[in-house]
Amino acid sequence: MQPVIQLTDFRKTYKSGEVEVHAVRGVNLTVLPGEFVAIMGASGSGKSTMMNTIGCLDRPTGGSFLLDGVDVGSLNRNERADLRNRKLGFVFQGFNLLARTTAAENVELPMLYSRPALPTSEQRKRALAALTLVGLGQRTDHTPSQLSGGQQQRVAIARALVNEPKVLLADEPTGNLDSRTSIEIMGIFQHLNDQGMTVIMVTHELDVARYCKRIVVMRDGQIRSDEPVTDRSLAPAELAKLEAEQKAVQLA
Amino acid sequence: MFAILKIAFRAIRRNLLRSFLTMLGIIVGIAAVIVGVSMGTGAKAEVDKRIASMGNNLLMVMSGNMSRGGVRGGFGAAPNLSPSDYDAIRREITGVVGVSPEVRTRAQVTAGNQNSSSDIFGVSEAYADIRSWEFASGGNFSEADVRNASKVCLLGTTAAKTLFGENVDPVGQVVRVKNAPFTVVGWLKPKGANSFGSDQDDVVLVPYTSAMKRLSGDTLFRSFNIQVEGPDRLNSVTNDLAQLLRQRHKIAEGRDDDFSIRTQQEMSEFLNANNRIMTILIGFFAGISLVVGGIGIMNIMLVSVTERTREIGIRLAVGARGRDVLRQFLTEAVLLSVMGGILGIATGFWLAPLLTKFFEFPTLISNTSVILAFTVSAVIGVVFGFFPALKAANLDPIDALRYE
Ligand SMILES: Nc1ncnc2c1ncn2[C@@H]1O[C@H](COP(=O)(O)OP(=O)(O)OP(=O)(O)O)[C@@H](O)[C@H]1O
Ligand SMILES: [Mg+2]
Repeated sequence: MQPVIQLTDFRKTYKSGEVEVHAVRGVNLTVLPGEFVAIMGASGSGKSTMMNTIGCLDRPTGGSFLLDGVDVGSLNRNERADLRNRKLGFVFQGFNLLARTTAAENVELPMLYSRPALPTSEQRKRALAALTLVGLGQRTDHTPSQLSGGQQQRVAIARALVNEPKVLLADEPTGNLDSRTSIEIMGIFQHLNDQGMTVIMVTHELDVARYCKRIVVMRDGQIRSDEPVTDRSLAPAELAKLEAEQKAVQLA
Repeated sequence: MFAILKIAFRAIRRNLLRSFLTMLGIIVGIAAVIVGVSMGTGAKAEVDKRIASMGNNLLMVMSGNMSRGGVRGGFGAAPNLSPSDYDAIRREITGVVGVSPEVRTRAQVTAGNQNSSSDIFGVSEAYADIRSWEFASGGNFSEADVRNASKVCLLGTTAAKTLFGENVDPVGQVVRVKNAPFTVVGWLKPKGANSFGSDQDDVVLVPYTSAMKRLSGDTLFRSFNIQVEGPDRLNSVTNDLAQLLRQRHKIAEGRDDDFSIRTQQEMSEFLNANNRIMTILIGFFAGISLVVGGIGIMNIMLVSVTERTREIGIRLAVGARGRDVLRQFLTEAVLLSVMGGILGIATGFWLAPLLTKFFEFPTLISNTSVILAFTVSAVIGVVFGFFPALKAANLDPIDALRYE
């Protein structure tokens, strides 16, 4: 099976003036279709740097990166924009939705830049389908300021999904959310992964990482460990547990 | 394209006051273009109308050299065209339909107890035809009247009105000019103001012989009005006239003419020269205002790009190419300036008639000036919007997303 992501001796060095920061120093990582990977590690260990490269927002300064068999290092700005549009969906910690723009329009945004362009009616249909998939079929004409954090993140996930990408990337998607909402979001990822979507996400919390199937730990720009998750958390069960706990607290 | 327009409209609406203030420079500039051009066009149309009211295919020979000292119309120069010059022109110049000399005095004209100080023009029987002057009643005096220095006259509408009252046919009545009785044989139709703005209808036309003998005592003419056969004869007749008059006035080779020959065309150009200067001046200020307006747009677009760095980052992250972002911001800039342009055109349409109403300045808004103004505003949007849009398009996606 052809890997979706193949990083070989991937390096990223930032130059700020005279100082060189080696954010990532030789990472080898292969992700196959259908995998669900959590990337963990201390702050500054290079997780976001790696995610940005995988997300084609940035280019490696050393080594190679193949996305779905395509060498991203040799692509120009426009070609990378097209890859982001067609093959990647990115979910951010801070949601990054357009303000004063409805949920549906936010989800339509990637299709605005698709080539060839879809008819407007088809765009709206797909946006609504994506919103329904993340459990937000009802509030499609609300703007971000009218939505809770969890709901905003659902909109962001719908936006990432709408062009049917090869990989879903998420950099600390639950970082701004409470534990219950985090479980709900992880439930969405698990559901998507069950349907065959490859998911790679960064997280600081082991609790969150346990919803994934594989955990990669980074330190100082290198991979320290890379292991499958043994006792995997499943969102529906965890939610039920949480509810029972809350009931217990209320009764007491 | 439609989606881009929608986004641009929304961005402009979001900061409505700011957008309007940004447009103001363009609005003022475009309104100035519209009004300025309309003033130029209006003034030219007015001049053309007045020139046309003089008659067709006209030449004027005037005493004195107009190009020397710039005496307007040669009216300040002493008359130096003689009756024998007149005869010679009639005898020797071909291609001429009619010639009329002109002597002028201003005198008290009375009828009953009414009096009027009108221009008295001494002219030949050809004059009314040359000037395409029609009769409301009665008719022209004859060649015999000219030969005999008859005491007959033609009245212009203004003069007739002063002496006999509005819409009263004066034909057959007698008016007294310097105590000499003149019988009114013709009542002229109105012509309006002439090219220099004076009333052409406040006039009494008498045979030039009568004027010279009985009224002014002049022996020389101030000018000749000459009608030629067609526009193609204007040049040849002008040359022939100049040659004839130089010879008759014994002007040596290399010396200046002591007369001037002007065609209608030249008179219209002379009069329009002032308009052109005015148009250029207004155009200059309109141009400055448009440049200032353009810079205003550039400034606001730069602010907008900075404010919306995060939005640009998001768009780039989901796959917008640089040129998509460029197009978006360029559309916004062009929309701003074109909306300013449309408002400016509307302002111009509103302002120009006011100018006519309150300052009696002729204005005429031409389609060309509207199209020109619209195009100019669009071009300003592209020119001044390009740099900010390029700045937006060249943003790095990660830097833009991180921007706070
Ligand atoms: N644009 C940049 N210029 C210079 N240095 C950078 C830049 N981006 C990141 N770095 C540096 O690279 C290193 C890795 O940063 P990165 O953001 O990948 O860490 P991270 O693992 O995502 O941390 P966190 O968990 O806090 O998000 C850090 O030392 C950081 O300071
Ligand atoms: Mg990070």
